[in-house]
Amino acid sequence: MTAAATTKRTPVKQSRFMRRALPYLLSLPALLMCIGILIPFFTAVYYSLLRYRMNLPQMKGFIWFDNYINFFGDPKFWNTVYISLTYAALTVGLELVIGLGIALLLQRPTRFNNIASILLLLPLMTAPALAALMWKLMTHPDFGILSYLLTLIGITDFKWASDPSTALFTVLLVDIWVYTPFIMILLLAGLRSLPKAPFEAAALDGVPRSFVFFRITLPMLMPYIITATLFRLLDSIQQFDIIYAMTQGGPGDKLLVFQVQAYLDFFQATNVGRSAALMIILWAITYALSNVFIKQWLKLRERAHGGA
Amino acid sequence: MYDKEKGLFEAFVAKKMSRRELLAATGKAGLTASAAGFLMTQAQTNAMAADFDWMKYKGSKLKLLLNKHPYADAMIANIESFKTMTGMDISWDIFPEDVYFDKVTAALSSGSTEYDAFMTGAYMTWTYGPAGWITDLNEYIKDPAKTNPTYNWEDMLPGLRASTSWNGVPGGELGSADAKQWCVPWGYELNNISYNKKMFDKVGVQPPKNMGEMVEVSAKLTKDLGGPYGVGVRGSRSWASIHPGFLSGYANFGEKDFNVTDGKLKAAMNTAGSKAFHGDWVKMIQDSGPKNWSTYTWYQVGTDLGAGASAMIFDADILGYFMNGGDNKEAGNLGYAPFAANPAAAAPTPNVWIWSLAMNNAGTQKDATWYFLQWATSVEHALFGARKMDFVNPVRASVWADEEFRGRIDAKYPGYLNQHDTSAPGAKIYFTAQPLFFDLTTLWSENLQKMVAKEIPVDEGLDKMAAEIDAKLAEAGLG
Repeated sequence: MTAAATTKRTPVKQSRFMRRALPYLLSLPALLMCIGILIPFFTAVYYSLLRYRMNLPQMKGFIWFDNYINFFGDPKFWNTVYISLTYAALTVGLELVIGLGIALLLQRPTRFNNIASILLLLPLMTAPALAALMWKLMTHPDFGILSYLLTLIGITDFKWASDPSTALFTVLLVDIWVYTPFIMILLLAGLRSLPKAPFEAAALDGVPRSFVFFRITLPMLMPYIITATLFRLLDSIQQFDIIYAMTQGGPGDKLLVFQVQAYLDFFQATNVGRSAALMIILWAITYALSNVFIKQWLKLRERAHGGA
Repeated sequence: MYDKEKGLFEAFVAKKMSRRELLAATGKAGLTASAAGFLMTQAQTNAMAADFDWMKYKGSKLKLLLNKHPYADAMIANIESFKTMTGMDISWDIFPEDVYFDKVTAALSSGSTEYDAFMTGAYMTWTYGPAGWITDLNEYIKDPAKTNPTYNWEDMLPGLRASTSWNGVPGGELGSADAKQWCVPWGYELNNISYNKKMFDKVGVQPPKNMGEMVEVSAKLTKDLGGPYGVGVRGSRSWASIHPGFLSGYANFGEKDFNVTDGKLKAAMNTAGSKAFHGDWVKMIQDSGPKNWSTYTWYQVGTDLGAGASAMIFDADILGYFMNGGDNKEAGNLGYAPFAANPAAAAPTPNVWIWSLAMNNAGTQKDATWYFLQWATSVEHALFGARKMDFVNPVRASVWADEEFRGRIDAKYPGYLNQHDTSAPGAKIYFTAQPLFFDLTTLWSENLQKMVAKEIPVDEGLDKMAAEIDAKLAEAGLG
């Protein structure tokens, strides 16, 4: 036996100060993280209350909520709100439908389905800006493979992202290609973790498949659907890279979503005040949407645990 | 023996001997090309170093922020001569153009001292200058104690010197007596026609001489070639779509972007002349432009010409220059022509893009930085780049007069010298210098896209755009 092993351990006596301070010290890292996040946030709030263009320093001044008030009378701002919400609703809606469809097809854990689910994840591993450049080439009217395929079914001169009437459709395609796998994999995990008993009972009773899907599968899958929707909604309302890489917000102002407009305001126009105000509005919209979804998710969880 | 050959090159650099005499003498001496090149560089460095203490900041370390560009490549290829002459060390970061100016904005606005000097366009200095991010270089250029006596500032093309200086007053004339020299011109591009000679011969047309002809010729090319489109111009939603061919043609009709009265700016894009020009431009793109024009940057415009997808471009002359070389499909088939959009105009009036070098105002070794800027914009470096690299277009008159450079260009790029020499006297920035340049010019391109897409008629679009611009100017206290 070593001397160390035989030494009798005496309990460490903590001072009164340490006992009181320990909880605060333990939460200090989280507090520092929080401060690290909040400082840029409150700086942005501060800037949004300024008239501040970096190349007009003499005009800099505190204008309270004028940047926000100016937005209300600006049709371009409402266009940005409309485009951003439309883009977010369409991408999330379509990705949910397609992602759920693929997840249902791959639900049985066969070898083929497992390999297919891995392969289907590949677009998600592509940087969205690179995906946009790739699609830009594929949709080039002269040599793009997709343009060529369209000519085979008699559609010629389709202008994809360069025409105002088809630009939104084109960037939606890219978004769907990149992000549907995200929804698919979440829902696939959800489907495979559902309890088997209700489905076996329904099968024994000869319940139609559509009834099983709408009354058993979908309700049980709802927490997963809400989680996937929340993540994608937050992401797509803040879309930047796909749209900027493909059209820079054009043609005209057709795809001038929040992030693209704020980026141009800051980096191109050096209009810090307006750019910050736009970002704060985007934050408010995101916050409100998150709240709605989280409340829905909590309600579902409560119901699942036997609540009212 | 070695001293004798060295003397030959020193005599040539000192202009005591013609190029023909030098070639004959080096031939007799049996010098190889590489030995001749070495002796020439050494003679030029010695000439530059005479009567000026280039070693004053020996041991200093400078850092540059560079855009990936042939101008930067030429500078890097010759950087050893700077290091040898000054005893300074120098490093750099290079970024592709897509993100370059964001990086510059981030570095300068944060007050970072990391970079001492950086590449910029003249338009950018309308933001950087008033923001206090860059140094007025007049205090160096005009100080004989800080500037090499052979630097020869007056040798810079006058339109470029003026275009890179501004007094900071919105609407203030570029190059005015009270203007600050925000950057030093390094290389530049003017906007003319580069065209595919084979395609033009096949269709039997000549390069257009005015806007009406351009609309007609490009339509005929599109129709008769049965594949390639007639004319390539930029169209992306960006200020960069306005400044090349579009503004060059627009200015040729005497049209302006703004009227300046008593220091206040007012949009001038909705005059009858402007509407007529916009109408022609829009029709030309609709009839004979690239199908996805609204996504076209300089890159697509250039590569389409090089790949034989377009018959001509009205864009930067150096874009046509680069497409006539390398492994481009149409290398060797391209020609160049000056272009005055207005049939009544005496000469072309190309708007210019000037790659320049500027000094970070937050830098901590400004005097040493000025040594680098002097060297990089010197006659000697410009000659090196123009003769041996693709450092075109040079910004110095003496380089344009250089026989070796002209011979090289004329042999490989027929018509290039003519388009340049015809247009250079009228080449300058035709925009009004003002701090809202980027937002308002981007707005201009946005409206042009709407007109080409037939979302809004030209006349109505321009009236609405002018009203919107006037409101923005008023909001910023400029209108």
